Amino acid sequence: MTVNKAAPGRRGTASAPYLMTAPAVALFVVFILVPIGYAIWLSLHAMRVRGAGFGIRTEVFIGLENYLDAFRDSALVEALGNMLVYGLIMVPATMGLALLFALLLDAPRVGGKRYSRITIFLPYAVPGVIASLLWGFIYLPAVSPISAALEAVGLPAADFFGDTSIFFSIANIAVWGSVGFNMVVLYTTLRAIPKELYEAARLDGCTEWQIALQIKIPLLRPALVMTSVFTLIGMLQVFSEPATLRPMTNAITQDWVPLMRVYQQAFVENDVYLGAATSVLLAAATVLLSLGAIGVFRIRTNRSER
Amino acid sequence: MSVPRDRGTRMKIVPTIVLALGGLYAVLPLLWVVFAATKSSEELFTTFSGWPSFNGGFTGNLSALNDYGDGRFWLWMLNSLIYAGGGAFLTVVVSTAAGYALAKYRFTGQRLIFGALLAGVLVPQITLAIPQYLMLSEMGLVGTYWSVILPSIISPYSIYLCRIYAGAAVPDDILEAGRIDGAGEFRLLWSVAAPVMTPGLVTVFLLQFIAIWNNFLLPYIMLADDSLFPLTVGLYSLLNRGASQPALYTLVITGSLLSIIPIIALFLFLQRFWRLDLVAGSVKG
Repeated sequence: MTVNKAAPGRRGTASAPYLMTAPAVALFVVFILVPIGYAIWLSLHAMRVRGAGFGIRTEVFIGLENYLDAFRDSALVEALGNMLVYGLIMVPATMGLALLFALLLDAPRVGGKRYSRITIFLPYAVPGVIASLLWGFIYLPAVSPISAALEAVGLPAADFFGDTSIFFSIANIAVWGSVGFNMVVLYTTLRAIPKELYEAARLDGCTEWQIALQIKIPLLRPALVMTSVFTLIGMLQVFSEPATLRPMTNAITQDWVPLMRVYQQAFVENDVYLGAATSVLLAAATVLLSLGAIGVFRIRTNRSER
Repeated sequence: MSVPRDRGTRMKIVPTIVLALGGLYAVLPLLWVVFAATKSSEELFTTFSGWPSFNGGFTGNLSALNDYGDGRFWLWMLNSLIYAGGGAFLTVVVSTAAGYALAKYRFTGQRLIFGALLAGVLVPQITLAIPQYLMLSEMGLVGTYWSVILPSIISPYSIYLCRIYAGAAVPDDILEAGRIDGAGEFRLLWSVAAPVMTPGLVTVFLLQFIAIWNNFLLPYIMLADDSLFPLTVGLYSLLNRGASQPALYTLVITGSLLSIIPIIALFLFLQRFWRLDLVAGSVKG
């Protein structure tokens, strides 16, 4: 980072950084900090009928009851399970493909790099909902080009909405949309590495694969951590893909993943209190998972640097 | 590119094919939607969907989409432009000032502000969306353009990028020279730092434009009147209706195609202005 000189000592300048950060801080407080506090507050309350009267409902403090309800909510547990299976496919596939393509783009004597870089990046510009619509139609038996092609050669049509295949079908949409962005981030990091590092290795007779595994990947570690954390956050927040596919298949329930469950609780069952509790749990899981991922990578980096 | 290649220049077959397959995987669904948009509703279910039709299906679909709800679709596109363009512009203004201040000044509370902003990246949108909905509903803003734009302006990630970029691109001695010449701090930000930061700011604008354009959850929660919908929510509502009327499928398909054209055009056009090394956090000063 840059070397910061001591703060300018003249009058009038001391307030400048505060004025410049003021709009951001104000928006941060109103749209992030207060909502977090409000969500926590909501999660500790509920609408209850007071006394023996009819229908007089008031907001009362109920402690951690909503959280206990959230833990006991079998639909949420199921949604979490679905998300984990989805994530186990989506995260490794996205990161693996992004790393593979980035290394290929950076390797010498690989053709069509410019075309591939742009096309693989392109799906990033397609909204998740639109991507889900496109893939949804490709999966839909009546119009699927894949099924049509399989039938044309006498094979049975593929079932993209089966009990197991649905996880791959949804993960595929997310992989399709996010490989390109991660690839470009990794590739740009690779390009910043001085080429002399490889020249010495090549003179020593290293193959391109050895260079990739032993020089490039270790140097990519910080960028890999960052992209992995973003991919993990994306996994926890999966919503638009299953929500968009739902009208096309019965394989997706109305609370198939945690965010759909939260939406269901807060806006369909109109229990914003329980919805808030569930969403606070999700936020906590996101923070823990991200810090955990960063921690694991740090430990590995330290070990390999010894 | 000018690095001497001591082991010949023959193209390697397998890596080239693997990379090309990746490109194919990325492009095929887009190609499919182009083909599918050329088909009338009957053709969609009867002809092979890996090939276009040339029986006037596309113009038919286009006019059907145009007629849907008296041009509702174009309204959705305009709305998406307003949300994404307006929101991303305001994000850039707010984030430039904050990122510059965080990079170029030392002040009490600086670390607290930066740390809090960074932690903000980790909070899932749904956790914020429920209280945001209730708060904006108290203020009477739910169901207006502001309910989507206001929460989109604050982007911790954009501020983080602006801070990195200001730190790397704005030299301290130019600022010092400006101060000696008597320029005020805001003048330095506006006429010295901002122009130097422009390539980074274009990247921040694009990332935020795409993020808002692609956002589904926030407008889905905030808006009920379909004349305010952005494309994502509009097409989703169309598909939901289409589940009972397969004739609407062709509208959804044509609408999907038209909705990705502007953003892909913007994307390709501004490609050379992208500074994605910024995203990777590896800008060298």
